[in-house]
Amino acid sequence: MSVQEPETAAVAEAGGPISDVRASLWRDAWYELRRRRLFWVCVAELALVGLMAAVPRLFTGRAVNTDCDPNQAKAGPSGAHWFGTDTAGCDYYAHVVHGARPTLLIGIAVTLFALVIAVVLGSLAGYYGGLLDAVIARITDVFFGLPFVLGATVILVAFPGHGVGAMTLVLVLLGWTTMVRIMRGQVIAVRDADYVQAARLLGASDPRIMRRHVLPNAIAPVLVVATLNVGNVIAGEATLDFLGVGLQYPQVSWGLQLNQAQSYVLDHPHLLLFPAVFLTATVLALLLLGDAARDALDPKLR
Amino acid sequence: MWRYALRRLLQAVPVFLGTTLLIYLMVFTLPGDPITALAGDKPIPASVAHALRERYNLNDPLLVQYAKYMWGLLHGDLGENYDGQRVADMLTGRWGVTARLAVTAWLFELAVGVALGVWAGLRRGRLADTLVLGGTTLIIAVPVFVLGYSAQLLFGVKWPILPSAGTDDGWPVSYLLPGIVLGSLGLSYVARLTRTSLAENLRADYVRTARAKGLPWRRVVVRHALRNSLIPVVTYLGIDFGSLMGGAIVTEGIFNLPGVGQQVFQSIQLKEGPVVVGAVTLLVLVFIVVNLLVDLLYGLLDPRIRYQ
Amino acid sequence: MDDKEKTPRDAPLLEVSDLRVEFTVRGRTFRAVDGLSYTLAEGETLAVLGESGSGKSVAAQAVMGILDSPPARITGGSVRLRGEELLGMPERRRRAYRGDRISMIFQDALTALNPVLTVGDQITEMLRVHRGLKRAAAREAAVELMERVRIPSARGRLADHPHQFSGGMRQRVMIAMALALEPDVLIADEPTTALDVTVQAQIMRLLAGMRDELRMGMVLITHDLGVVAGVADRIVVMYAGAVAEQAPARALYARPAHPYTAGLLASVPRLDRPRGALTPITGAPPDPAALPSGCPFRPRCPRAEAVCAAERPPLVTVAPGHAAACHFAEEVHGAR
Repeated sequence: MSVQEPETAAVAEAGGPISDVRASLWRDAWYELRRRRLFWVCVAELALVGLMAAVPRLFTGRAVNTDCDPNQAKAGPSGAHWFGTDTAGCDYYAHVVHGARPTLLIGIAVTLFALVIAVVLGSLAGYYGGLLDAVIARITDVFFGLPFVLGATVILVAFPGHGVGAMTLVLVLLGWTTMVRIMRGQVIAVRDADYVQAARLLGASDPRIMRRHVLPNAIAPVLVVATLNVGNVIAGEATLDFLGVGLQYPQVSWGLQLNQAQSYVLDHPHLLLFPAVFLTATVLALLLLGDAARDALDPKLR
Repeated sequence: MWRYALRRLLQAVPVFLGTTLLIYLMVFTLPGDPITALAGDKPIPASVAHALRERYNLNDPLLVQYAKYMWGLLHGDLGENYDGQRVADMLTGRWGVTARLAVTAWLFELAVGVALGVWAGLRRGRLADTLVLGGTTLIIAVPVFVLGYSAQLLFGVKWPILPSAGTDDGWPVSYLLPGIVLGSLGLSYVARLTRTSLAENLRADYVRTARAKGLPWRRVVVRHALRNSLIPVVTYLGIDFGSLMGGAIVTEGIFNLPGVGQQVFQSIQLKEGPVVVGAVTLLVLVFIVVNLLVDLLYGLLDPRIRYQ
Repeated sequence: MDDKEKTPRDAPLLEVSDLRVEFTVRGRTFRAVDGLSYTLAEGETLAVLGESGSGKSVAAQAVMGILDSPPARITGGSVRLRGEELLGMPERRRRAYRGDRISMIFQDALTALNPVLTVGDQITEMLRVHRGLKRAAAREAAVELMERVRIPSARGRLADHPHQFSGGMRQRVMIAMALALEPDVLIADEPTTALDVTVQAQIMRLLAGMRDELRMGMVLITHDLGVVAGVADRIVVMYAGAVAEQAPARALYARPAHPYTAGLLASVPRLDRPRGALTPITGAPPDPAALPSGCPFRPRCPRAEAVCAAERPPLVTVAPGHAAACHFAEEVHGAR
């Protein structure tokens, strides 16, 4: 693939055995990804954090907020407390390990919901166009115009004592728009392709065309953005926690730890450092993974 | 071009109404009674509460409240807070702080972001490219408050190069450090967008034509490739100016800047609905106006849009 | 214009010999052009005919000096313009030649013209950069050029953008731009492929007319035998990056000496032959990364024998000016 001249490339995109082309797109992408060391580093990081979220017992015998010693508060890292202790003298390592679950859960749940919304609204708007498209576009604009932090704060303050579920809802409400726009653009690009026209001429129904032809060919860039989105949601959730309007004590999350750390940053930097490193590493792994997938799926930039 | 401009303008109106209505609904229908919140622990007499409700139109149906509010806004009236202060007065000084911060951050994004993006885009796959990509990805991954505290710690406290809190030194000095922190995220996106867009356009057929015309490389890059590459960057920069204004809360907090974000954040906690609605409405207005300007600029930059 | 006089009079206008271009993609290297040679005289049209992937466009871009490297690399051969070697010439000088002495037009004018600049800008740019013309003078020259390629109401269209033109008019803009400096050589890479059949003929007529008017040599790159027929004086057939056959146009049509050329001719409907079933060439164009041993056409060749797998056939001259890279060139040539 490469010295191929434009006309053959165009033929491959427009007609021919589409399922083969699609399969080879994913196969090529996988071949590309597999050979990259950075890809595996990201996968390893995410596997580690995923394991922490799923089975924290593997990493620490301590439960959260147990065996705390107020006399030992804010101590730096030591043999007994690898990451030091927090403001109440509890083991900070245990805290960080247990903080993985809500963080990851919210990131993934929000993205999945947003993805479903994006696929449904984006496909409808892109495929049918016209009035439906205009209405969906304006609604998207309306939500897109809301300032994220302020909007989330308004809702969250109205419901004190909210948990992971409410956080997920709020983050979906304020974050679904980007993927809808991308999905719509993709569907429009695929909608007019020859093989879709052909399927239409052969009498396939709209739902069938969308399911069999449009969706599989339009989804790849949206999935890439979804991967990136998990990272963004995690960062956004942490920001709300940090501001004190997200998850509340005694819940545990990296953002909440950073919130408690903010008053002591100058004297006890470890309180900021450890959750920040985990948070950053996880978001970074997701972003790099998304980038790598995008490069691998986009033959143009090879 | 005029038809295009008019259409964008007409599209902006329902978006403005929709977004402000949404904010209005969020602020005034969600649980929590402002009058009770105002009174605090001390119960207030029913007659006083009733008078207050009457005064702030709280007894009207919500849509009527909204309509009255919009009517006021049309006459430049942002209403008054429950404690009798004019919302416009409460925001005046703060508005300037946030605007200065946002402009500083935005200029930083524009200048440094585009420069880095061009540098990397022209050297795709080489060291410069890897550095820019790696660096910007890292910046995107670090939460802004971690970045803020780190910058404050390093350049404000440890090596005091720049003022790290407050606005005593005025613009631009006081705003440099917070501006860089606030703009770092956008800078990363601008750099990456410019880089990818330029790298892609350098492979475009018309750039090959420009080379076949025997133009100097600089002219090929600047006049042909870059001009086209900046179209999406301009769009992003426009959208981002709105987010900078509305998303400055964290930065304002860390660097102790008395801006709109801080005010709104406090008002949300205190259930001061009129202040929240007023400030956020203005933010949305800025967002929509800037987007409109960007759309028009887009029409100038890309003639294909104009004739649609 | 003066420096043209310094070069030897007897040297051919354009002489490409043993040109080799390699591509390196994902660590694998393969030859896109593998020893291409041809010469071009003033006022002559040479058609380079080949399937996609045959290396014809890559070779043209190598001659122009606009190959992307990496991934492409010119590994050998020479390109001489009136005897002056272009390969290895300092880029500054080479650039001054591009567009001025050798010009190129591309397949799809919609993507080959800059979408955000007016056609006036794009044509005057040539005159202003190479000749230092002032804005007003350049505009006048551009109008004249556009009229010359028969774009109606040319002056009024200077400020239009490429997407406002029809396909044929766009290609005319492209031609006006390429001919702005009256080049010695014009390379036309599939100039009509993106156009309707009726427009194709108009554009080919325009190109032929301009060639005669400016006494240019023209290299016409195409995959379409029909396009070649009326205009070409000589034809080079490329296969897998190398010359399969070269001959005067008439000779090639009448008596091909390479089974590939014969196959190409048999797969096109012709008025001068009895109607019958067309015979397509079986198989697919070769993967340049995995060429077969010996003759690259062997897997698709109806006449392949053991020797074809063992040895790569050299160019065999079968008649004056007519050569083919086939072990059985004489037989194929004599078959009719």
